[in-house]
Amino acid sequence: MSDDRKNLFNVGAIVRGLSTTFSYMFKKKPTVQYPSVMKQHAPRFHGLHELRRYADGKERCIGCELCAIACPANAITVIGAENSPEDRRSPGERFAARYEIDELRCIFCGLCEEACPTDAIVLTPRFEMADYRRGAFVYAKDRLLVPPEAGVGTPPDERPGGIPADLGGVFRAKDTVDITAGYEATNRGHILKEHTRGGEA
Amino acid sequence: MSAVPIWLIVLIKAVIVLFVVITVFAYSMLAERKVMGWMQLRPGPNRVGPWGLLQPAADAVKMMFKEDLTPQTADPLIYRLAPFISLICAMGTFAIIPFSANQDGTLWSVGNVNAGILLVFCMTSIGVYGISLAGWASGSKFPLLGSVRSTAQMISYELAMSMSVIGVLILAGSTALSDIVNAQYKVWFVIPQIVGFVIYLITAIAETNRAPFDLVEAETELVGGFHTEYSGLRFGLFFIAEYLNMITVSCLATLLFLGGWNGPFGLPSYGLLGLLWFILKAGFFLFFYIWLRSTLPRFRYDRLMAFGWKVLLPVATLNLILTAVAVAVWPTHV
Repeated sequence: MSDDRKNLFNVGAIVRGLSTTFSYMFKKKPTVQYPSVMKQHAPRFHGLHELRRYADGKERCIGCELCAIACPANAITVIGAENSPEDRRSPGERFAARYEIDELRCIFCGLCEEACPTDAIVLTPRFEMADYRRGAFVYAKDRLLVPPEAGVGTPPDERPGGIPADLGGVFRAKDTVDITAGYEATNRGHILKEHTRGGEA
Repeated sequence: MSAVPIWLIVLIKAVIVLFVVITVFAYSMLAERKVMGWMQLRPGPNRVGPWGLLQPAADAVKMMFKEDLTPQTADPLIYRLAPFISLICAMGTFAIIPFSANQDGTLWSVGNVNAGILLVFCMTSIGVYGISLAGWASGSKFPLLGSVRSTAQMISYELAMSMSVIGVLILAGSTALSDIVNAQYKVWFVIPQIVGFVIYLITAIAETNRAPFDLVEAETELVGGFHTEYSGLRFGLFFIAEYLNMITVSCLATLLFLGGWNGPFGLPSYGLLGLLWFILKAGFFLFFYIWLRSTLPRFRYDRLMAFGWKVLLPVATLNLILTAVAVAVWPTHV
């Protein structure tokens, strides 16, 4: 009880507390007004993926599936196909017929980037991927691949610091993945099952 | 002037005062969120309108569109009535409070009652019924606990509060708020009644259920206290009532201890200048409450009771006795 009393009548502590809160009122606030002010992120920030091209417009990805194997979250699905001489998609023998990343599964570790032998898959600083539909988070080649007019894409080591103009922006291309059919129709297991079934038939 | 009936004048005055008071409520709520934000190193609400100035409007719209729920176990009539009791009592006090005065002594208030201070205390006491009945009629345990606490806390602290105010009444020799203010023309009662002032400040916080005495709505223990089951506009009414009570006790502290609309050091001030002084002083108290809320943690319940009964009440009584003796022995000095 004596301790209780001492605390109860410790007016000095109350005055100290009041002066602390009062002085905090005029301190600089660390809040970043996010949507209107973009915070400077780390130069090698891990965000949304991007599939790069060569300068001649050919896709770098050769459909080797090493990224899919390296992926600790099983977020990547690659189904390769042979290049045909009349329509060469990549310089190698094979190219990725389907390349899908489930960004909800992805843990943005960058192991796919490290596994890639041709530096085709890289992580960009874009991060604004919010959507109301789960299916919309499965990014297929139409949204991952750099559009031809947008150049070749930046290798991760040469990515400048600072705030890129399209930070957060995702290619607004029309999605070929069936978003409305729901998430199940676009997940990795489903794609692979469908693929093997198709292979057997 | 004589052509205008007196009831019309009173009605117009009442509408103006209510309008102003509700506006002050809306912006004291915004001010609270802003100031508390700053003290917690946040910018506070700033998305709605410039500098967040339209936040109260946004909140009001939000409240209006919320579903008005009544629990199955609630007593429907009392459950619906309780917020109105709280609000009407909170608003009623502003009929008596004078905000300023003209040079000829005409008060800037809706009505001048010669038992003004008593009427204000009556109003706030009846306002407790709103909270108590709300908790009781909600038909669930947390609101009930909240209302039990509120009743006990109000009764305990109202004693000390009244005791601290009686000292002022003895010095002023009147219970009319205008007389009390006029008696402070030379010296504000905060100087001879410093003990009473401190006790009034503390008990006023407890009376309005504000931190650190907000045990009535202690979120961590009682979910929301007496208003746990309330939603939408009915919750909004309690909210308004709480802030209006805050404004009331701030105004009372100004009138009773800080000389109302009188300037400091006996400076004469009337009319708009007096109103400015009044707003400055009452605003300081409002800021002080926000300041305390963001500084002090909530009291433990037994300590709250012990503090009220074993410290505040005896000290207030002693202060009252000393004041009475002083006035009796040296009547000319007062």
